[in-house]
Amino acid sequence: MTAKFSRRTFLKTSGLVSAGIAATSMLPDKFLLWAEEQGMLKADYIPTYCEVCFWKCGAMAKVINGRVVMLEGNPKHPGSRGKLCGRGNGGAGLLYDPNRLKTPMISVGKRGEGKYRKASWDEALNVVAEKLTKIKQQYGSEAVALFTHGTPTDHFLPLLYAYGSQNVGMPSFAQCRGPRDVGLELTFGESVGSPERLDLANSKLIVLLGSHLGENMHNSQVQDFSEAMASGAQLIVVDPRFSIAAGKAHAWLPIRPATDIALLLAWINVIIEEEWYDKEYLDKYATGFTELAAAVKAYTPEWAEKETDIKADKIVETARMMANNAPAVCIHPGRHATWYGDDVQRTRCLGILMALLGTWGREGGVFIATKSSFPKAASKPFPELSVEALNTCGYPLAGAEGLTHVIRSSTISGTPYPIKGWIVSGTNLMKALPNQKETIEAINKLDLLVAIDVMPFDTVMMADVILPECTYLERHDALAIGKGKMLTVSLRQPAVKPMYESKPGWWIAKELANRLGLNEYFPWNTLEDKIKAQCSLCNISYDELKKEGTIVIPGTAAPYITPLNPPEFKTASGKIELFSKELKEKGFDPIPRYTKHPQPQAGEFRLVYGRNAVHTFSRTTNNPELNELFSENEVWLNTKQARSLDIKNGSYVTLVNQDGVKSPPLKVKATERIREDCVYMVHGFGTTSKELKNVFGKGADDQGLVTRYAIDPICGATGMRVNFVRIEKGALHA
Amino acid sequence: MPKYGMVIDQRRCVACMACVVACKKENDVPHGQFRTRVVEEVEGEFPALRMELRSELCNHCDNPPCVYNCPTGASYKRSEDGLVLLKKYRCVGCKSCLAACPYDARYINHEKGFADKCTLCEHRIKEGKSPACVATCVGGSRIFGDLDDPESLVSIVLRENHSHVLLEGAGTKPRIYYIKMYSKPE
Repeated sequence: MTAKFSRRTFLKTSGLVSAGIAATSMLPDKFLLWAEEQGMLKADYIPTYCEVCFWKCGAMAKVINGRVVMLEGNPKHPGSRGKLCGRGNGGAGLLYDPNRLKTPMISVGKRGEGKYRKASWDEALNVVAEKLTKIKQQYGSEAVALFTHGTPTDHFLPLLYAYGSQNVGMPSFAQCRGPRDVGLELTFGESVGSPERLDLANSKLIVLLGSHLGENMHNSQVQDFSEAMASGAQLIVVDPRFSIAAGKAHAWLPIRPATDIALLLAWINVIIEEEWYDKEYLDKYATGFTELAAAVKAYTPEWAEKETDIKADKIVETARMMANNAPAVCIHPGRHATWYGDDVQRTRCLGILMALLGTWGREGGVFIATKSSFPKAASKPFPELSVEALNTCGYPLAGAEGLTHVIRSSTISGTPYPIKGWIVSGTNLMKALPNQKETIEAINKLDLLVAIDVMPFDTVMMADVILPECTYLERHDALAIGKGKMLTVSLRQPAVKPMYESKPGWWIAKELANRLGLNEYFPWNTLEDKIKAQCSLCNISYDELKKEGTIVIPGTAAPYITPLNPPEFKTASGKIELFSKELKEKGFDPIPRYTKHPQPQAGEFRLVYGRNAVHTFSRTTNNPELNELFSENEVWLNTKQARSLDIKNGSYVTLVNQDGVKSPPLKVKATERIREDCVYMVHGFGTTSKELKNVFGKGADDQGLVTRYAIDPICGATGMRVNFVRIEKGALHA
Repeated sequence: MPKYGMVIDQRRCVACMACVVACKKENDVPHGQFRTRVVEEVEGEFPALRMELRSELCNHCDNPPCVYNCPTGASYKRSEDGLVLLKKYRCVGCKSCLAACPYDARYINHEKGFADKCTLCEHRIKEGKSPACVATCVGGSRIFGDLDDPESLVSIVLRENHSHVLLEGAGTKPRIYYIKMYSKPE
């Protein structure tokens, strides 16, 4: 990208035209684009789906002469509708990032020292297979755990199961969506899925509780949000920070952090007291209204004002806004929901509010997923477990995605059984899990840490063996089945050949399986063969899929409740459970109750974190095309506080948390846009990996300061907004 | 003869930066330089705050000071569609146009030495596509079309909404319109 392209070199390269353009593979993008414009080269458009985040948007890779020069949205794909967000547009920055993992590597130093030697694929895979076999012999197959995120999961989870372990931990549950999904499942029998089935585009009123849409950039969701804003929808934003979304709000409620449940219960109280709820809907579909009404009686707006720092009349006014617009009210259930350890109950409040307003299954609220599905191919059953997996370990409603931190603590303690090997694919555990000290302690107890990734992230650089996966633009992955309004299927296929010695995830998993004698679980030669077989089973033309990238199955949508399309609630009662018997039986509050959380002492601030529109956690921070727009995070500090602490905007400070952990030097953004009792950071920066040359030494890691976490007793997720920091002035910054 | 222009519906913008990344990629803009940007302005004191998100780019003015101030004739207003463009081979990098432009829309391409700016992706328009920033605009905030065609989307949204141009007093007659207000004209 930075190659100089002066007039002289231009003349030199254009001399190549007569020598045959196609013969030269290392031409710069600008020349290729120019040559295409002049009609000398033809561009191919290869449809695929994106993996810069996990929305799985359909994308078209414009390829000229074997180089991806541009990415555009696939107009046929419902998640992108012909558009990509900034990150999706910058996807080729990952492909051509010079800091990519290029060859397999084997550690030659101590863990975390980052000393490696290159290895051949054969050697690296053999080392991993030998160690895995040894662990199985010595400790049993359950001693190996998998941490995974994104499409690699489709390859490595079957490998883990085939190997004989089901100890999987996906940060997407216990550090992200878990409590939300469990809370909604308890109330409605199912969650909203991903992409969330929110009918934002048709909403008359949108309620965001901590969701910073726009900064949290999920393509079609933001398209719908903008559509609603332009069509005059009203917006209530509850956020201690004046987010981009708050900038569009008709009511911004800068709530005192950790008091959300008080506000929600007060809203519920007002809607019940004023009889603004949807009686007919509740009579038909819900159970437990009487108990609910009795339980929330004490939660008046006046009471909530003291807790939340939001005026009682404002609470009533916003409740009235909801009632006036119901049922076309979209109450966003959030996505990253692991805040304070009572997050399932907070989501229950959101669910109850949705039910009172009758928005589930209604236009402008939450739409119903298509009931159509594809047949599943039969596969060899996985071996039975000899001991129970750690997945739910003491947390009754944890699910199939497992609990990362339970595996971590079992690794440290060796109970209920030893964990000796970690396979980590597509997730940067050091940035994902709270209390990094524990993560390091656990890693130091391992006999094997193998990382499969594209970039040398923090956790990758602690691995014993690094297996370089190629980027999403160079590989096949499992078909993406979308169950939104319509049933859709999308294909990921390589736009270009894998660069360096990197290999697709499916190949790595299959090769490991071969070496472990588990080849029966991967009974195909290439993933493309498997996809082809799947297509014929599902009665889809593979050729069409290859050409279009996405196929939408027509006639599969039934998004709203009608007499012919009644809702199904997969709860025990078959109804929306305002009062949850299941929770009561398991010893929890059947109707959410408010509990006070500690607030910062004088001189302390609650640490709140979030996202930036051009980054996906730490995954994108080194991407040259995205790093250019946001290369370093800042700490947001209220202007008044900055003045009283004599801290200048743009100066560098150190954050020190309640346990004495210090951040690297961090730039201050003194702003009116945040409350005085908290500070805010964009997540994902402050890498410890020197191999990430664009971003090493830039900004600070919020997760480094999250040494405490509050575990939700219902689902086991880790609430991470329970840390407090002090600010030290005058940090030295190189 | 088309009169190409753009409407930026600020109600729809969420500052996601898709336009900025797509523009850089489409036009191979050097590192650290931009043909478009999203300005984020916040006024007021906590908690009474107001935010404006404003995409800015070359206004393709009908009265373009950059063209009048170009000593070599490199900057010109194309007669057939009124786009303000640049003949790179005539540009000597004197920066007159940078100084003349009240919108800070131009830069000297630090890899090549000549002045550069948004072309409204005239190469894409030629192929019947919209500019890259418009095609990828997630919020549908950037709307492109022929201002002279009453049936075009730009004309429709301009009829239906209050709009304004940047620095109207500068007399540059910009072709980029902004919708900021929430009400429709009487």
